[in-house]
Amino acid sequence: MSHAPAGSAAHEPSEEDQATPVRAATAVTFERAATRLGGRTIWRDVSFSVARGEFVAVLGPNGAGKSTLIKAVLGLLPVAPGSALVLGEPPGAANARIGYLPQRRNFDAGTRIRGIDLVRLGLDGMRWGIPLPGLPRRRREAKQVAEVLELVGAAAYARQPIGELSGGEQQRLLIAQALVRRPELLLLDEPLDSLDLPNQASIASLVRRICQQEQVAVLLVAHDINPILSYLDRVIYLAGGNAIEGRPHEVISSETLSRLYGAPIEVLHASDGRLVVVGQPEAPFVHGDRHGPA
Amino acid sequence: MALPEAAIFQGLSWNLLSDLQQLFSYGFMVNALEAGTIVAVMAGVTGWFMVLRRQAFAGHTLSVIAFPGAAAASLAGLPLAVGYFSFCGLGALTLAGIAGSRRSHSSESAAIGSLQALALALGFLFVSLYHGVLNSVDSLLFGTFLGITGDQVMTLLAVAAATVAVLAGCARPLLFASVDADVARAAGVPTQLLEFGFLLVLGLSVAATSQITGALLVFALLVTPAATAHQLTSRPLLGVMLSIAIALAVTWLGRARAAFSIYPVGFYVTSLAFALYVVVRLGRALSSRTQTLAPPAEAA
Ligand SMILES: Nc1ncnc2c1ncn2[C@@H]1O[C@H](COP(=O)(O)OP(=O)(O)O)[C@@H](O)[C@H]1O
Ligand SMILES: [Mg+2]
Repeated sequence: MSHAPAGSAAHEPSEEDQATPVRAATAVTFERAATRLGGRTIWRDVSFSVARGEFVAVLGPNGAGKSTLIKAVLGLLPVAPGSALVLGEPPGAANARIGYLPQRRNFDAGTRIRGIDLVRLGLDGMRWGIPLPGLPRRRREAKQVAEVLELVGAAAYARQPIGELSGGEQQRLLIAQALVRRPELLLLDEPLDSLDLPNQASIASLVRRICQQEQVAVLLVAHDINPILSYLDRVIYLAGGNAIEGRPHEVISSETLSRLYGAPIEVLHASDGRLVVVGQPEAPFVHGDRHGPA
Repeated sequence: MALPEAAIFQGLSWNLLSDLQQLFSYGFMVNALEAGTIVAVMAGVTGWFMVLRRQAFAGHTLSVIAFPGAAAASLAGLPLAVGYFSFCGLGALTLAGIAGSRRSHSSESAAIGSLQALALALGFLFVSLYHGVLNSVDSLLFGTFLGITGDQVMTLLAVAAATVAVLAGCARPLLFASVDADVARAAGVPTQLLEFGFLLVLGLSVAATSQITGALLVFALLVTPAATAHQLTSRPLLGVMLSIAIALAVTWLGRARAAFSIYPVGFYVTSLAFALYVVVRLGRALSSRTQTLAPPAEAA
């Protein structure tokens, strides 16, 4: 119904992008897309696009359908009506080129598997057959795992059982797992959830760095925009079954959010640069306000 | 069949070589050791995945289902193996159906528990209908290594080889689906199919193991060695190897010890496995205590 496609026109393929035809210029394109779950339409008329090397946040209150959106990008849920294109193919067809970190995944102390093995599974966990040690390919893959652990700064504790690590350490390993196949698109569902503030900041800057260095498109679901605000290119805000896409300060404004919710919403600018959204049924932007699993 | 073994062997002589010669001089004892070895390898591998997947309750239910299977086979005058394999196979299909249709964990375990009760009741019924040699109930529940024929050994070998080959071929996707199902599914691993397939493999392993350890002591080989291995290492390949090694060790030692004793073999195998598990748990608890105590005045 009411969506403002601000910014989507700004990402037409440039000549530079066309020089490498293997990689699609836009990583994700949704056009007037809708998804139904259990007979209920979760959102409809959702249009947005994410370009290579772009860092886009998916925001919205609990139950707005953020995780549903990520699953639709992965092709785990159908998009109908409307159209969706992911890395130049229908959703689900290009999942080998996508790194995925699902929501709220932590491993309890009884999980007796090492972080490095979990990262390795991101690389070869879908391969059948007996893994024979000593083959050149195995050595190459071991090197790839070592590199990605270095990249996310998890090398020091990667050989410990993952269940014995802290939430922030687990999250770094899971990001390494999502990155290990050098994906073109990274889907992170609430990776900052259950982390303390310093860890939120360092994971956010890590994602920004990966996004720029590797030219990966990132779609990151967040409950709280403030830890990632300074790193973001654009946001997609889901609420009331609709979505608005645009630059962070355009979308997170009293006017735009009031239009999206169809109710008066006020966005306050704190003196430290933080945004605080007031007046919605839930207040997902306020620090310390945590909700149960969606 | 359920002869007290002390009637065969005249006690330990403290001469290991002559003891072993005595053991191997009987064909049935060689069969028993071969069968035990095959089953230990299979149980070690399957058990490692079962413990990782936290499906011990499903495994236990399958072993309870083995009991009416064997009882029904004796009632119908069929080989016990037929009963074990068909009931455990059907049980695995039922469990897969329960796992596929239920979404919540609590209703799943309740459904599995009801199945377990039904299986025990059926077993009891079949045994009461079978007025023949009632002392065979003992061996159905608690196992006997004796009376295993060369044909049975070959059947066990075929089942074990198939099971281990399937698990080795699926090792990485199964590991992925077991520890990280959501990501595995997104990466194209058929998690549902693997769940179903693993329950079938588990059913086959339980059926084979029951023939050696009896329905109730399956866990001595299927769970305890695997749980011990998981305590000892979090490396997958090493863990599977350790699990096999422990299952083999307790089978051989338990078997050998029981041959010179009036106590049944299941008792020795189970107690050895359990003792090892306790020692490893204690060792780990002690070492983690010394680790946390090591940095003495750390601020909370
Ligand atoms: N399997 C399902 N069947 C029916 N409804 C579902 C299912 N999964 C999620 N939902 C509903 O879809 C809505 C969006 O869920 P979700 O995408 O997880 O929200 P978010 O991630 O934004 O918190 C919620 O109202 C939720 O109740
Ligand atoms: Mg969610």
